Amino acid sequence: MQPDQAPTSGPAPDAVLFTALVRKRWTVSLTLTAVMLAIYYGFIVILAFRPDIFAAHITDRLTLGIPVGLGVIIASWALTGLYVRWANDDYDSAVHTIKHAMREQQG
Amino acid sequence: MNTFTTTIGQPNATSIIFFFVFIVGTLAITYYAARKSRSASQFYAAGRSVTGWQNGLALAGDYMSAASFLGIAGLVSLKGYDGLIYSIGFLVGWPIIMFLIAEPLRNLGKYTFADVVAYRLSQKPIRVAASIGSLLTVCFYLIAQMVGSGALIKMMFGLPYETAIIIVGAVMIAYVLFGGMLATTWVQITKAVLLLAGATVMVIMALSHFHFDVTELFSTAAATYGEKVLNPGGLVANPFDAVSLGIALMFGTAGLPHILMRFYTVPDAKAARKSVFYATGLIGYFYILTFIIGFAAMVLVGRDVVAKVDAGGNMAALLLAEVTGGTVFLGFIAAVAFATILAVVAGLTLAGATTLSHDLYANVFRAGRSTEENEMKVAKRATIGLGVIAILLGLAFKGQNVAFMVGLAFAIAASANFPALLLSILWKGTSTFGAAASIIAGTVAAVGLILLSPTVWVDILGNAAPIFPWKNPALVSMPLAFLVGWLGSVLVPDAKAQSLYAAQQIRNYLGVGAE
Repeated sequence: MQPDQAPTSGPAPDAVLFTALVRKRWTVSLTLTAVMLAIYYGFIVILAFRPDIFAAHITDRLTLGIPVGLGVIIASWALTGLYVRWANDDYDSAVHTIKHAMREQQG
Repeated sequence: MNTFTTTIGQPNATSIIFFFVFIVGTLAITYYAARKSRSASQFYAAGRSVTGWQNGLALAGDYMSAASFLGIAGLVSLKGYDGLIYSIGFLVGWPIIMFLIAEPLRNLGKYTFADVVAYRLSQKPIRVAASIGSLLTVCFYLIAQMVGSGALIKMMFGLPYETAIIIVGAVMIAYVLFGGMLATTWVQITKAVLLLAGATVMVIMALSHFHFDVTELFSTAAATYGEKVLNPGGLVANPFDAVSLGIALMFGTAGLPHILMRFYTVPDAKAARKSVFYATGLIGYFYILTFIIGFAAMVLVGRDVVAKVDAGGNMAALLLAEVTGGTVFLGFIAAVAFATILAVVAGLTLAGATTLSHDLYANVFRAGRSTEENEMKVAKRATIGLGVIAILLGLAFKGQNVAFMVGLAFAIAASANFPALLLSILWKGTSTFGAAASIIAGTVAAVGLILLSPTVWVDILGNAAPIFPWKNPALVSMPLAFLVGWLGSVLVPDAKAQSLYAAQQIRNYLGVGAE
């Protein structure tokens, strides 16, 4: 194993805060993943089993499928935006707190 | 109105001039980058100096291939709404990258995703297995790009196929060899900006024929070609096939080595997630444009003309450029499409060379005892070798239908690379045996099932009925890879790997110790 690959041993983070951080991170990540999967596979399943739903006209010039399809694209992007916002506000400040405490502990 | 004659297929002075301007410009970038590319960190990861915004553009540049630009526009122009299904499939992998792997990748890895999988496992077996997954993904993607590019360039510039392949190969080798990741990044950024700007201008000019009302475009299309162009139908006949393709596209994106490699070019996890946000927005915008371009080509160029020039519809976007902006605009868009091919091929080659030099040479054959200088030498030789192989494969597969290779590249990425990557990040119990077995099982299942699928077994080998019913294997091969990874880890556990999990978590979540 290369030396730079070896996990570093240093001061340990506060166990309670760290566990909470990890749990929060995966709660947010997996929730957003589930939303994304629901949107995408919802779209695919309607497409595959009930294409007539998307063929319905919402105006005389537009069928439902077009705004829904473009909506899936926009929603994907919006979800990544939501994640970045959470990570910048919540996650990074929690990481900062934990790292700060680790430095204090190190002296 | 559909009776114009196209100049596509004849040498076009404007496109050749635009193309040489692009080549000279990007080679100048390569020249400046070359002076910086001496260290491994510079060559593989651009010295981790790329900003989130720049990397977002570069990720978009790596991902928006000529195949998706020309192919999806063509599909929409011939089939209408159904082309959008591919656009969406290609985009929805990006949120998955963001939520599950972007930050761990940046915090745990150095140059390749195998760094992450091998972080607390035994280096040799993991790196050998991961290299197989990486190299197969890169090779199949590369063949598809090379063969597609030769055919397109022949049509766009009137150059012979062989000449086109050799030019693409030679210029791509020059970018990677002399400029490494820094030059490749700037080539991607330049290309992404040109492609997005060109597509935007094309859409504006096309919509000017419809009073800038996109619904008027749709209704004109429906009036000319029937209501069904606005509705889904036919393209995904079998629902399971649709879901399987969806899985391959979604999770394959999160396993493409040349995309994952981009996360090491930014300084930290914050920049990594910013870059995914920008990339997702840019790629989504691009696919929306492509959808409109397809419909505009259907109406303004006419389906019969599109199909006559190329049965697959691949020239739809170029024909629309000619109709809306004349030969000058056609020349510009043709040069951008050529540049696009070049840039994607360069990104793939760099990823392949990094796997060979960093994972196989430095970490397996030399077991971490090689000098950086030697590793760089191997990386540069691997670049030349891969470039030559790409040219030879491009020549060998001339005239073949290579669409299945893109599907195969995504299926291998989704089955071999993604499950092992996610398991090693998320699950303490992952063992060396389990991860390696997962990669091998995913690769074998993806390749094997494609061979037995309608695309190869029936269309290429000429058998009457497929042994495996779906065109894409991911719905079977990806869950199988997860299952094998779990089972292998339970049967052959790895105490050392489990004991190192706590340290991996600290680095993963806090970024402590990441460069």
